[in-house]
Amino acid sequence: MTASPTSRSPFAFLVGDRGGAIFLAVLLVVGVVVPVLHLAVPEGSALHLSSYSVTLAGKYMAYALLALAVDLVWGFCGILSLGHAAFFALGGYAMGMYLMRQIGTRGVYGDPVLPDFMVFLNWKALPWFWHGFDMFCFAMLMVLLAPGLLALVFGWFAFRSRVTGVYLSIITQALTYALMLAFFRNDMGFGGNNGFTDFKDLLGFDLHRPGVQVALFVATALALALGYVACRLIVGSRAGRVVTAIRDAESRTRFIGYRVENYKLWVFTFSAVLAGIAGALYVPQVGIINPSEFAPINSIEVVIWVAIGGRGTLYGAIAGAVLVNYLKTTFTTVLPSAWLYFLGALFIVTTLFLPRGFIGILGHRPRRRRAPLAPPAAEPAP
Amino acid sequence: MRLPNFAAILWLALCGAGIASPAATAAQPDTGAGDALAPLVAQLPEADFATKREIVTSLAQIPMPQVRTLLAAFLDGRLQSRDADHHVFIAEEAGGLLALTDAVTGAAAGRESAEGFSRIGTNNQLRKQLRGAIARFDLSSPDAAQRLAAVNEVLRAMDPEIAAVLRERFDAEKDDDVRERMRVAIGLADLSSEDADTRLAAIGALQGSLNADVFNRLTELTASAGDGTPAETDERVRAAAAEALRSIGQWRSVYGMIETLFFGLSLGSVLVLAGVGLAITFGVMGVINMAHGELMMIGAYTVYVVQQLMPQSIGASILVAIPVAFIVAGLVGVAIERGIVRFLYGRPLETLLATFGVSLILQQLARDVFSPNNRPVETPAWLAGSLRLNDVLSITYTRLYIVIFTLVVFAGLLMVLKRTRLGLEVRAVSQNRAMARAMGIRTEWVDALTFGLGSGIAGVAGVALSQLTNVGPNLGQSYIIDSFMVVVFGGVGNLWGTQIGGTSLGVINKLLEPFAGAVLAKILVLVFLILFIQRRPRGLFPQRGRAAEA
Repeated sequence: MTASPTSRSPFAFLVGDRGGAIFLAVLLVVGVVVPVLHLAVPEGSALHLSSYSVTLAGKYMAYALLALAVDLVWGFCGILSLGHAAFFALGGYAMGMYLMRQIGTRGVYGDPVLPDFMVFLNWKALPWFWHGFDMFCFAMLMVLLAPGLLALVFGWFAFRSRVTGVYLSIITQALTYALMLAFFRNDMGFGGNNGFTDFKDLLGFDLHRPGVQVALFVATALALALGYVACRLIVGSRAGRVVTAIRDAESRTRFIGYRVENYKLWVFTFSAVLAGIAGALYVPQVGIINPSEFAPINSIEVVIWVAIGGRGTLYGAIAGAVLVNYLKTTFTTVLPSAWLYFLGALFIVTTLFLPRGFIGILGHRPRRRRAPLAPPAAEPAP
Repeated sequence: MRLPNFAAILWLALCGAGIASPAATAAQPDTGAGDALAPLVAQLPEADFATKREIVTSLAQIPMPQVRTLLAAFLDGRLQSRDADHHVFIAEEAGGLLALTDAVTGAAAGRESAEGFSRIGTNNQLRKQLRGAIARFDLSSPDAAQRLAAVNEVLRAMDPEIAAVLRERFDAEKDDDVRERMRVAIGLADLSSEDADTRLAAIGALQGSLNADVFNRLTELTASAGDGTPAETDERVRAAAAEALRSIGQWRSVYGMIETLFFGLSLGSVLVLAGVGLAITFGVMGVINMAHGELMMIGAYTVYVVQQLMPQSIGASILVAIPVAFIVAGLVGVAIERGIVRFLYGRPLETLLATFGVSLILQQLARDVFSPNNRPVETPAWLAGSLRLNDVLSITYTRLYIVIFTLVVFAGLLMVLKRTRLGLEVRAVSQNRAMARAMGIRTEWVDALTFGLGSGIAGVAGVALSQLTNVGPNLGQSYIIDSFMVVVFGGVGNLWGTQIGGTSLGVINKLLEPFAGAVLAKILVLVFLILFIQRRPRGLFPQRGRAAEA
């Protein structure tokens, strides 16, 4: 916030962003230490990281990128999207389609072109939307375009007609729910409820080799760092301040003369693309993508990561994502039935007692006063 | 009761001794006709098919109920004679043994091994004759329902013998339903006639019938064989059959449409029921309650618990469960309001997240208390079955009662909001909280009660849902998005909007289903809603005035 627009230093955006600087430093350390512990330290050593841990860390990073995307729209623009998992899953599906095409003749049915599930469904030819996914560049373009275009079209309709607040949340939820139902259908050509799995390799590298797993982890960490920097630059820019103004007083910003819907639309679309990238990085690491990724509860969970970490801070969202997912991994292995109690309690405790999240407790000065999300007409009960 | 039993034993004893004496049959309480029965039956084991046919003809003249049972058993091949004494029994296979019933008296005669018995055989001709005889019996039954059942029975296996019986009975028949059914049956029999004019007349008589057999038979007539030769040789009959089919097809599609509309109406009622509680908490109070679905789940589980407590009276259990579910869910709602929601008024997005947390906890609680599997909830007898309007249109009672129940709940809710002190206070608080407090209304109290009311209604909706879907921890989740859609579509803060919105969404969904399939129809409805909200962000019936500005 205090970053001076006149500063010429390449790290100007970090000025006044102590949390961000700490986060990037931690990310750098993790990005170096994890590969070293996995590849250089021998397996018998206590310090050795298993490949399971590496993929797990990579998974957390992908989730963190998704949380970053949600924080950008919710924390800075006041759009509570309950459908960001849809963009995440779309990016994942685009990546999954590339990986499916890479399997080639190594599938169960050995068809050189058709993925197994299509052979199983007795399809004779590749559907039109599957063409081009054998090329990595095209697939990566789709990772950006599929969620981006959906967000653009959806946002164009929604923001122009001034659907705001809770209404927007509910229709984003309807969006991801509709997509989930659609992807569950076999006729859609996306593998029905089994989705895609059994991937073999990426760009010719075997996905199960340790080096490739580390490379994916590093790529995800890099994407997270770049995503953070991009988001920080956006919120620090002139346009970013308009976006923050929209969050705090939408009507006032509009009356001053800003095209509110355009600002919202671009932030929303960028955020969706970011979520798509996260999904694309997530899929090769976990090795599966299926329609349950679209489930409305996933999107709501992302929101709680952001809320717990501290919204409107960017690094808080990332911390929240890693923290909650770490807890989830621990709980579901030790005490599976208690996880939902714990998550439910987290939702309640965070909203009631920690409006600024854990970052708020840690003593970082809140960067801005909390957004008055309430309609001004409705006054709080005593 | 005691006398026939005694007679049977006596008769058996005498038969066992090989003395088929007239004195034994004279011991029977029946006079005249009854005397004829026993000797005729006694001849059966020895008779050849020609004799058997004569015996059946004679039997059919005896107007006694056990003759019908005897003939039916004969037709099914359940008539057995004991090799030792040629005595005739109706036998049922039961655990490797034969459970015997005396063919003449109808008295139980213990169980014996199947060895030492021979079945009294039938052939095609005999079976045809037997069917005719049985139909004749049933058609003269004093009970109209049984006559109707008899006609329906003979419709399945029509032959000239039975058609003759039907014609005989048609003029004497008084009941309209039975007459109509007989007309169809006779018409169907006539369609197989050799005479083209008879067939033509039959088509005329069958005009407008919605019976599936008629439809199939007429379709057969208009079809042609593989080599192009038509199944029906007469030109006029073919034309008439095609014409009759066309008119039948029209009626069928009209009734099909009515059925679809009714399905839509009942689905819409479910949606309204699920949404109307939300319309109160979301619409009137502006609170997003994501735990609404779980409150419905609580209502559904209440039915299960009530049924466990009173397993003897399942019929009444639903009626008991309605108020209990209202109170239980309402109390949970008040607890949520007092414990969480009241700290978050004016912050709808935070309320949404906090109540979502509540919903997760309630779901897991249901898993731990009741088990993760679905719990069986019984449907009382008065809810089972369906109301049959004609051959193609029948309405299940569950759906019918849901529609009625929804209207009752809705009317009750409107009454509460418009006619009671609480309703007045609720409306006052929702319009202007500060002013309402200035007028001496305890707004906190009103908030808690309103939330409780909305939650209680959700519980009542759960009672209805327990009769329609599985009662399990995920029941709420599957309805929450739908309920929100209904409220947003209808217009927040407007109960009528919820009613009309829910009903029309249900009907739209069911109208789309035949073309798109269930899943795609649902997707299309969601997409429609998303687009609709763009056009009218405040729903069908937006709230007007300053309070509505957000």
